[in-house]
Amino acid sequence: MTAVIEPGCGVAQATPAQTQAEITGSVHSWDISTGVDGPGTRFVVFTAGCPLRCVYCHNPDTWYGRNGQRTSASDLLALAARYRRFIGAAGGGLTVSGGEPLLQPAFTRAVLTGAKELGLHTALDTSGYLGCRADDALLDATDLVLLDIKAYDQAIARRVTGRGTAPTLAFARRLAARHQTVWVRFVLVPGWTDDPGDVAAIAGFAASLGNVERVDILPFHTLGAAKYAALGLPYPCGEVQPPTAGQMDLVRAAFTAAGLYTV
Amino acid sequence: MSATIESLQAEAAGTPTDPWRGFTEGRWQDCIDVHDFIQANVTPYTGDAAFLAGPTERTRALWARVSGMFPAERARGIYDVDAHTPASITSHAPGYIDREHELIVGLQTDAPLRRAIMPNGGLRMVEQSLAAYGYTLDPAVRDIFTKYRKTHNDGVFDAYPAQVLAARSAHVITGLPDAYGRGRIIGDYRRVPLYGVGRLITAKRAEKAALDARPSTAEIIRDREELAEQIRALGELAEMAASYGYDVTRPAATAREAVQWLYLAYLAAVKEQNGAAMSLGRTSTFLDIYLERDQRAGWLNETDAQEFIDDFVIKLRIVRFLRTPEYDQLFSGDPTWVTEAIGGIDRGGRPLVTRTSFRYLQTLYNLGSAPEPNLTVLWSPALPAGFKRFCAQVSIDTSSIQYESDDLLRARWGDDTAIACCVSAMEVGKQMQFFGARVNLAKILLYAINGGRDEISGDQVGPALPPLTGDVLDYGDVVARFDTMMGWLAKTYVDALNVIHYMHDKYAYERLEMALHDYGVLRTMACGIAGLSVATDSLAAIRYATVRPVRDATGLIVDYVTEGEFPAYGNDDDRADEIAVWLVRSFMGKVRQHQTYRDALHTQSVLTITSNVVYGKHTGSTPDGRRAGEPFAPGANPMTGRDRHGLVASALSVAKLPYSQAEDGISLTQSITPAALGRTPAERAGNLVGILDGYVSCGGFHMNVNVLDRATLLDAMDHPENYPQLTIRVSGYAVNFVRLTREQQLDVVSRTFHESALP
Repeated sequence: MTAVIEPGCGVAQATPAQTQAEITGSVHSWDISTGVDGPGTRFVVFTAGCPLRCVYCHNPDTWYGRNGQRTSASDLLALAARYRRFIGAAGGGLTVSGGEPLLQPAFTRAVLTGAKELGLHTALDTSGYLGCRADDALLDATDLVLLDIKAYDQAIARRVTGRGTAPTLAFARRLAARHQTVWVRFVLVPGWTDDPGDVAAIAGFAASLGNVERVDILPFHTLGAAKYAALGLPYPCGEVQPPTAGQMDLVRAAFTAAGLYTV
Repeated sequence: MSATIESLQAEAAGTPTDPWRGFTEGRWQDCIDVHDFIQANVTPYTGDAAFLAGPTERTRALWARVSGMFPAERARGIYDVDAHTPASITSHAPGYIDREHELIVGLQTDAPLRRAIMPNGGLRMVEQSLAAYGYTLDPAVRDIFTKYRKTHNDGVFDAYPAQVLAARSAHVITGLPDAYGRGRIIGDYRRVPLYGVGRLITAKRAEKAALDARPSTAEIIRDREELAEQIRALGELAEMAASYGYDVTRPAATAREAVQWLYLAYLAAVKEQNGAAMSLGRTSTFLDIYLERDQRAGWLNETDAQEFIDDFVIKLRIVRFLRTPEYDQLFSGDPTWVTEAIGGIDRGGRPLVTRTSFRYLQTLYNLGSAPEPNLTVLWSPALPAGFKRFCAQVSIDTSSIQYESDDLLRARWGDDTAIACCVSAMEVGKQMQFFGARVNLAKILLYAINGGRDEISGDQVGPALPPLTGDVLDYGDVVARFDTMMGWLAKTYVDALNVIHYMHDKYAYERLEMALHDYGVLRTMACGIAGLSVATDSLAAIRYATVRPVRDATGLIVDYVTEGEFPAYGNDDDRADEIAVWLVRSFMGKVRQHQTYRDALHTQSVLTITSNVVYGKHTGSTPDGRRAGEPFAPGANPMTGRDRHGLVASALSVAKLPYSQAEDGISLTQSITPAALGRTPAERAGNLVGILDGYVSCGGFHMNVNVLDRATLLDAMDHPENYPQLTIRVSGYAVNFVRLTREQQLDVVSRTFHESALP
């Protein structure tokens, strides 16, 4: 097996607060969605670029930073501010998702901090793989972390994501130590992430943290297939069927048995 | 069931002498003032839906009996028709579904689903409708309405000026109620149970007598004659009710009588008028006062109360009119728009939500989902949480509810406002409208570009302008021409409407509905526009991209090559949305310059019903890239597929259209997949409440909410027999999906579904 390079955490991130708004990031798109990326109706920023290559990824168009649009945090926040009134009435907030937002930690921090200043509830949707790049200021500006745990076992993680799982687990522990609210997200991909032992291990780990408010069990779906075709990429999960209700129930039961609130 | 029969027996044995016992006194006793009665007696309910009762066996059996007739009706187009008897309030003997087991009685004719002919609107429409379904009009009726009695339709065509006829046949002005009843008038049917017909006749006589002192001008003569007709119609209502064994000359004394009296009043209206929309009003909280009183007295339990409402709603679900297949192309699914406005807040901030508001919605569970009655929730973020949650849940489960901003309605028209048809607000019993269908704004843009020539026929329909030269359309030039063309259109349009409503008043006057209005009613001239998103995006394309016209041999511009990006309406992008706002303001301003019949107040709607498909069919290619013949978006909706930032951004573009410039309503239809509302049922309901709160808070006026998967609709197209009650909201009303034409089904399926999961 080739050596997998785990993320370095020596990246300098200190940025004076007054220039935060001028920071730019590579953004794939934005939209306003409901009930998907955190509670309520949310302004969701999808950053471009991701270090993982999950076999079931439904957004291969967000893998490369170069495919995003250079956008300043201030422009993005001005856009988000338009929806303050709606979101205020509807309940919800702002989510930075991706891609992997922590590939662009300074930009992500600027967006989250700015959103807090707008009075919006904030969420960070991350694999946690680059969790060490999230400094305390970024996490202070984050009300909720949506933590995608792909696998517990290193070998499974490598097979599914191309990378290891240790950084994600370390990040999860750090969030627990900070008493930061976390929703764990687990994508059930038959044949890839459905090993009962690994599912139980993730459940046990998540339950041990004490800060996991809920677990979303997300069924694999094939809606991303068209994107692979459009990008001319092979689709590793082309033959995989979405999980059955029975398979979903089994996984849900594993998390519930660990004492977690599962949806 | 026994409880119901017992209560009926109790009622029969000793109907209490004072029908108003237990009510709080007030001005409503001294004059006809239902609003004051509600204000004095309403018991707002702020709890949740836990109290509701399911259907009784009797209800189930009755509904099974009548819904068992629907497949045959669907297959044949109509179930049955009486081709001999021009309908009036008293024309038909009493009809029943199952006499022994009905709690609320009355049918439009002598048998369920048997349609009536109403030739006063127009004989041609009646004959064509009958022919379409294999029936022949009774020759004697034909004689009467050709030799002895003129129809509304005949009158209109005697008086239409040439330019109206040209605009009409070019499909620039369409859907005009010149061959059928105009509808969109809501009688205050609540007056009949509260006061009894006797008292109402007395009040109308007094109104008429007051005119004796006024000089006999054309206006006063007309008013006196109309009042005389109203009084006559009230008498006929009493006569019709008597044929069912009820004396409605006196007020209703019990809750069941209140429901029955109210229904008979509505029934009298739909026996005589085949209006485009025959809406019910705002009745749930009114009836609740009676149900509360009788429940407090121990006469009724919840099952009884729900059973009355279920029975009433069964009747409302089988209101039928004879219409042509062409009419159904415009307004698909055989709609009747029995619109009922539910909920809202009063001027003092008190919710007008009662247990009966819940009971009306509960019928969608007890009887299954259905397009009629057109249940319309008047939404405000200030509504009680339990009610909001229940509405959202019902929407998610049935896709049968529409929402209108109570905050906008209350501020403009007061807190006793109901909705006629889809989005037309009117204060009940005090206001009516002259329904004006709509003009095709997208086609008018093409006229502007082509100097008044029709882009399909090449005929000169609009005023001739010098032809556009050059290879690229210039925004300023196009806008200037468009402005001129809209001016011509507004003048022609108001002209047409004035003729129509003059003749409708003369030949097909809504005697009974107007008898249930105050004298001195506020009339609105309800104009409308279609093709807003096409016209907006086309102008945005001309302004922000490069649009090259393609001319045919005669110099007519028949196509466009659009290069470059342009902002599209529906993405909360001000560059496009400002154009839409300008269009709405601008056309409204031009309409206001023209004198209206009976000094009606000018209004307009941004609403297409389902005619967006037909409008598209009659409109050539447009600069936004839409191909000739392709459907428009419905109502004020952004064009299908062009709203790329989700439901909220799409809705907020629509919310920018100023209600003050479109006081007849702005319609938005949204389809959401269940997953796009959240992961759990509770979360979905909570999130839908949030979306509605957000939309209304941001000035949104109306939203149809469908919570459906596209896959469900595709399956229903292939297996209609499995989806007899699948209901979807289209444009201000709901339809049985399986009753749409295939073309309309495809249009619905192709619309933007706001989905989750992918960025």
